[in-house]
Amino acid sequence: MDKKLEPIVKTIQDKFGAALEEFRNEAHLFVKPEQIVDALTQLRDEFNFELLSALTAVDYFPQEAPRFHVVYQLTSLVKNLSVQIRVPVNGSSPKVPTATRVYDVANWREREILDMFGIEFEGHPDPRRILSPEDMEGHPLRKDFPLGYEEPQFTFNFDEIDLRKPYAKE
Amino acid sequence: MSQIEEVSLEKFKHLVSERALTGETMLLNMGPQHPSTHGVLRLLLELDGEIVVNCIPDVGYLHTGIEKNMEAKTYQKAEVMTDRLDYMNTVGNNLAYVMAVEKLIDLDVPARAQGLRVILTELQRIASHLVWLGTSGLDLAAMSMFLYCFREREQILDIFELVSGQRMMTTYFRPGGVWRDVPVEFEKAVRDFIKIFPKRVDEYESLLTKNPLFIDRTVGLGKLDGAVALSYGVTGPPLRASGVNWDLRKARPYCGYEQYDFNVPVLNDGDVYARYLVRIQELRESLKIVEQALNKLPLGPVRSDNRKFVPPPRSEIGVSMESLIHHFKLWTEGFPAPKASIYSAIESPRGEMGLLLEGDGGPKPLRVHLRTPSFDNLAVLSQIVKGHLVADLVAILSSIDIVLGDIDR
Repeated sequence: MDKKLEPIVKTIQDKFGAALEEFRNEAHLFVKPEQIVDALTQLRDEFNFELLSALTAVDYFPQEAPRFHVVYQLTSLVKNLSVQIRVPVNGSSPKVPTATRVYDVANWREREILDMFGIEFEGHPDPRRILSPEDMEGHPLRKDFPLGYEEPQFTFNFDEIDLRKPYAKE
Repeated sequence: MSQIEEVSLEKFKHLVSERALTGETMLLNMGPQHPSTHGVLRLLLELDGEIVVNCIPDVGYLHTGIEKNMEAKTYQKAEVMTDRLDYMNTVGNNLAYVMAVEKLIDLDVPARAQGLRVILTELQRIASHLVWLGTSGLDLAAMSMFLYCFREREQILDIFELVSGQRMMTTYFRPGGVWRDVPVEFEKAVRDFIKIFPKRVDEYESLLTKNPLFIDRTVGLGKLDGAVALSYGVTGPPLRASGVNWDLRKARPYCGYEQYDFNVPVLNDGDVYARYLVRIQELRESLKIVEQALNKLPLGPVRSDNRKFVPPPRSEIGVSMESLIHHFKLWTEGFPAPKASIYSAIESPRGEMGLLLEGDGGPKPLRVHLRTPSFDNLAVLSQIVKGHLVADLVAILSSIDIVLGDIDR
């Protein structure tokens, strides 16, 4: 971990009781869902983390508690530092408070997580799906969502597969 | 028919103004099929006459589930998916991916491979900016720009074909180095390009930079403030045109960028014209890097010889039992990566191209998140087009330089 990052990590650890993981010089801090807005606000205002580089989620299915991590990758341009905040969320009706009031970029990125993982962001101004169609069921990046494939058809089994092939319906 | 309209308006009620609900302003679709949206992008516009009141971008028409697909492939095989993200920056996406994998498994890359990576990524940056310059010229009725820019881009794509056999989907960079060494014709091809290109940039500039028609249509349009840009996660040339000096090649040098002498163009106006000037200057800076990297290009291996991660050369397989085993294991099973997560980013022509890569101890990634710059850069569009004419919306959109494959993934 970068020397300049140590006091910042220490402050967040003390204030929010955050656990710390380190790997290849990266610092990952774990905070609870209800603390995330405060943690982000403090990092932005006090420590100049003005850019939310990435906001995404990871699914650890079949593990249930916590099943997801919501990941906030923060960058400070002034100090040239990065820190990652992770919010563990349980599998049944996952909810995290929205970060749109801290970073505007969270708007679209949270819609993407809602779309892909089905994690709700409480207080989000525009909670619609962003990449998949509005009437789609399920959340594609969850581990229990099948990848899907197409069966190869040959001459000998063409008709047989054709019968059960899901063609677009009216 | 009227019922369908009511339903769709209900969905966007919180995004449009009161006047749209009473029918005072008009809601109009621009796209998904529209020549100036640079792909399959739909913009729902709320118009007061010719003035844009609100703009609601609708993305996802090119969504192909690349992140999900990568989870089902081994680390080596997942790389081909990254070419298909931002099809104007295929080499850069490969670089972002292989750097993330190398960071995850802690693999060193020989100096010659680093040099080749820099040369090709910077050539790709030039090619990408040329496509942007050509198409945005086309949007502003500068038809001939398109033809000139594509002439030079063709020369770069020929270089890619020379080294990798492919013009666009190269997959030339591999974890631990590059696929193979460049052919002998490579140096001459790059030198030829370095020789002609500065004059060609002057040509482009003579067509546009002081052209009163072009200035009329770009200066003062789509003003983006630096602080707003950061809050919206805008990176790359649009951020640097708004007065924020942030370039990952300078701030966090990778692939040996610290050895090369180049400037990061930064302008303060934050309008369409400033974004144009930043990219034009970047063309010259990238060429400087290419020349320096080619002069400094060391001899030596182009692949790491860590056989646990990098397949052995073909010549060894016939004579060494161990090499044969390594080759077989790597191509059937793949290599395992630790159960950990890393974030690694490069400066692509459009901004910060980042990867969150998480391994689960096996040969396939648990999660690959692609932080693609166009996605965040497009989100700011609705803020900067308010109050402009529809015709200017086209200029502003093209100045952000989006690639829909990059947004939708």
